[in-house]
Amino acid sequence: MKRSVRARAIVIAVVLLLSVLGLTGLPRSVEQVKANLRRNIRLGLDLRGGTHLILQVRVHEAVKARADMTIESLRQELRRAGIEFSQLERNDPQRVEEADSIAIYLRGVPSARAGDLRQLITQRFPMWVLTAISDTDYRLTMRPSELLALKRETVERTIRTLERRINALGLTEPVIQQHGAAESTYQILVQLPGVDDPARVKQIMGTTAVLEVSEVKDGPFSSREQALAKYGGVLPLNTKLVPEMRRAGEAGETWWLVSRVPVITGEDLRMARPSRDEFGKWETDFTLGPDGARRFAQHTERNIGNRLAIILDNQVRSAPVIQSRIEDQGRITGAANEQDAADLALVLQSGSLPAGIDYLEERTIGPSLGSDSIRQGLSAAVLGLILVAAIMLVYYKASGINAIVALLMNGLITLAALSYFGAVWTLPGIAGFVLSLGMAVDSNILIFERIREELRAGKGVIAAVDAGFDRAFITIVDTHVVTVVSCAFLFMFGTGPVRGFAVTLVIGLIANVFTAVFVSRTIFNWVLFRQREAVSISI
Amino acid sequence: MELFREPKINWIRLMPLGAALSLALTLASVLSLVLKGGPRWGIDFRGGTLVYVKFRQQPPLDQIRRALMGRVPGEITVQEITGAREVIIGTEMRSEQELDRARRIITETLAERFAPEKGKLDLNNVGREVLAERLREPLQRAGVNLSEPQLQELAGRIVEFRDRERSGLLGSVDELAAVPGVTPAVLGVLKQEATLAPFTIRQVEIVGPKVGADLRQKALMATLYALAGMLVYIAFRFEFVAGIGAVVASFHDALITIGVFSWLDREISLTVIAAILTLIGYSINDTIVVFDRVRENLKVRFREALPEVVNVSVNQTLSRTVMTSGTTLAAVLALYFLGGPVLNSMALALLVGVIVGTYSSIFVASAIVVGWHNLSERRKKAAGSVAAAPVSKTKEVARKVGRAAR
Repeated sequence: MKRSVRARAIVIAVVLLLSVLGLTGLPRSVEQVKANLRRNIRLGLDLRGGTHLILQVRVHEAVKARADMTIESLRQELRRAGIEFSQLERNDPQRVEEADSIAIYLRGVPSARAGDLRQLITQRFPMWVLTAISDTDYRLTMRPSELLALKRETVERTIRTLERRINALGLTEPVIQQHGAAESTYQILVQLPGVDDPARVKQIMGTTAVLEVSEVKDGPFSSREQALAKYGGVLPLNTKLVPEMRRAGEAGETWWLVSRVPVITGEDLRMARPSRDEFGKWETDFTLGPDGARRFAQHTERNIGNRLAIILDNQVRSAPVIQSRIEDQGRITGAANEQDAADLALVLQSGSLPAGIDYLEERTIGPSLGSDSIRQGLSAAVLGLILVAAIMLVYYKASGINAIVALLMNGLITLAALSYFGAVWTLPGIAGFVLSLGMAVDSNILIFERIREELRAGKGVIAAVDAGFDRAFITIVDTHVVTVVSCAFLFMFGTGPVRGFAVTLVIGLIANVFTAVFVSRTIFNWVLFRQREAVSISI
Repeated sequence: MELFREPKINWIRLMPLGAALSLALTLASVLSLVLKGGPRWGIDFRGGTLVYVKFRQQPPLDQIRRALMGRVPGEITVQEITGAREVIIGTEMRSEQELDRARRIITETLAERFAPEKGKLDLNNVGREVLAERLREPLQRAGVNLSEPQLQELAGRIVEFRDRERSGLLGSVDELAAVPGVTPAVLGVLKQEATLAPFTIRQVEIVGPKVGADLRQKALMATLYALAGMLVYIAFRFEFVAGIGAVVASFHDALITIGVFSWLDREISLTVIAAILTLIGYSINDTIVVFDRVRENLKVRFREALPEVVNVSVNQTLSRTVMTSGTTLAAVLALYFLGGPVLNSMALALLVGVIVGTYSSIFVASAIVVGWHNLSERRKKAAGSVAAAPVSKTKEVARKVGRAAR
């Protein structure tokens, strides 16, 4: 028995040491202990203050863009192959949920050319599936595997772009990650500790920042209808109508007819920065990379006297007349102030979003609430501990100390485990911790009650302790497994704080099996071993 | 100290009484839910905007309501957190498009209505960056020369003092004299440049209707799956009837807790759902302790009838049941009274759940097992089977249960 007590004591000491080290690290000074504690006990947003956002990627926009590209090249291929058709267009669903229903419709193909069409699609457009609606009409839908890949890629690219933008703002420890199932919800979770006015960050994140510099074919027009009327309702091939951004105080609209294929895009940008024009107004200057600069130079040289449209997020910012050959410089005018110009430079530098985003949820916790919550949570935890300890001491006398030791160790191990896993403390997490204090003593109570029963039944002290632990162990396993099962579902379906609660509770429960059974038993053995003849026990 | 020394209470005889009480409580819960058109879902589940504003004095609820009336679309609720001088201003939201609007209008209206001096820097609602920005030039003019890092640090200290020491609300600018680095000259600049609104915005929650519906479904799924998971585990470890008993008992607990929330007009938030799931676990926990003892006792007392064995088992575990509920209640009470407004609802759910959960493991879970047993006995007798059924039945149960235990 002496040896088993010693072996057990060593195990306990190692666990204790690991727990303490997990929290304090290997410190060299008192300040370092404090710093390490602050680093290892990580606080969630609800305790330190900050903003939590859930946004949804408009993946249907990316699918539509892909369909549009396909329509363009299909039109060319059909012409090259000499296959006639009367209409080539796609449907236009407006909601994310309908992304899968996007299809291209090809109508009026002579039935004699059906075989050629099929062959063309399989060879040139393997991503698409051709279905005949009638003799002459067809529907093209994206292969499910391709569609899935496109949607996933859109979400991933959005996350990467948002990361670049947020990192450029210099915020500390932001979290940007996929939220929910990638295949069905397209949601992204963004957590920004310390940000208590998210308006500007949201603006920066939400800008799609698709920059195009395109040739102006015609314009300006005072309305869309006027432009359409000029061309008899059908726009010339490969052109589109784009409105000009309205500035404050300006009445009326302006529309430009521009080339669908831009001269340069945001991808060609090497650098962007805010600056002032000759009148002191803020603008954003950009510099092109070598490839874009070559194309830009060629185009501007050939088109002196024509207009160029600088289009940002499908709005014309300005449409200057080309005065001379331009190599690699350009500017976007129309910024309201310095911040505006700088923010635009930032989003241009970080690349465009593959699709727009919608905000679904926003929670902002002010720092004062966070520190109040910590204070209240801690005082609840301390009072809870004192109450539980008092009850145990009064009811089980010296054995109560045993339970309290187990309880304190439980708390220490839980703290350390959370720090090892890199988990964060949230307010519900603290609640889970306080609750697990109450439930942790349950194991002790089960065992103590059992020992009392065995003693009443006339067993000797050692036999009673043995029987108490053995019998209660089965029950303890059953109760713990069941609670872990419910926590598993909480974790699977829960979000943020609720998950924190589940994690804390589960870790507390596992620590509890160790402390209430293993540690507590060791203490009993040690006490019994010290008495030569174990005849009494304080319980 | 011992509260119960081998108690000999006849629980079986009390069970009809307990069943009546359970039925009454369940009916009351259902009644309240029906009368009030379902539970009162929190913002997490219905979508909307909540702005938490803390005031220095007693918040003027009527003034706030009147100031906002007509400016925010839809229904506005202005609710006070009792004892905290804090109000929660809430609006509904119909689509994600208006996500930002309500918050902007609410903050603007509050500033217009309650901020004493317009255009000045509001020290109670300013962040570190803006504070540093606004102090840079006035400080220079006053002859206080600070380097940029020093300025940022000063701003950081002021904001931290406000948030940590004063819970976000300063009463007067003079309080800042306690902040290291705020010299009389700095204080003079602050007094000249800054004003103090009598309120501070503590928290903003905006949940779009899409997320709300999604969360509601997830919460429901989590609860159902958790119940199913436990049913499977108990059916596997004990007996199928035991699983049914335990699951019915915890469902009963969850329903009564939701009923209490409905009667008290409290909202069901995400954390309350978490609490309900936890108390389902707790209730099952309690039930298992009793069932475990029944299983153990059946091995040695196989000559006695099942109801008898259940009664003995409940009595044997009574001391433990009361003690565990007591310690858990103590911890939950600490949460309820000290945990602050955010945890209050969660603590209330746990409070109700611990009490009802303890009661239901005896009067619902065990009662179902006993009731089932009596029913099948009666059916056997009615079918004219040979006497001595009780013994054979318990033997059968003992065998089954014994196998499971092994």
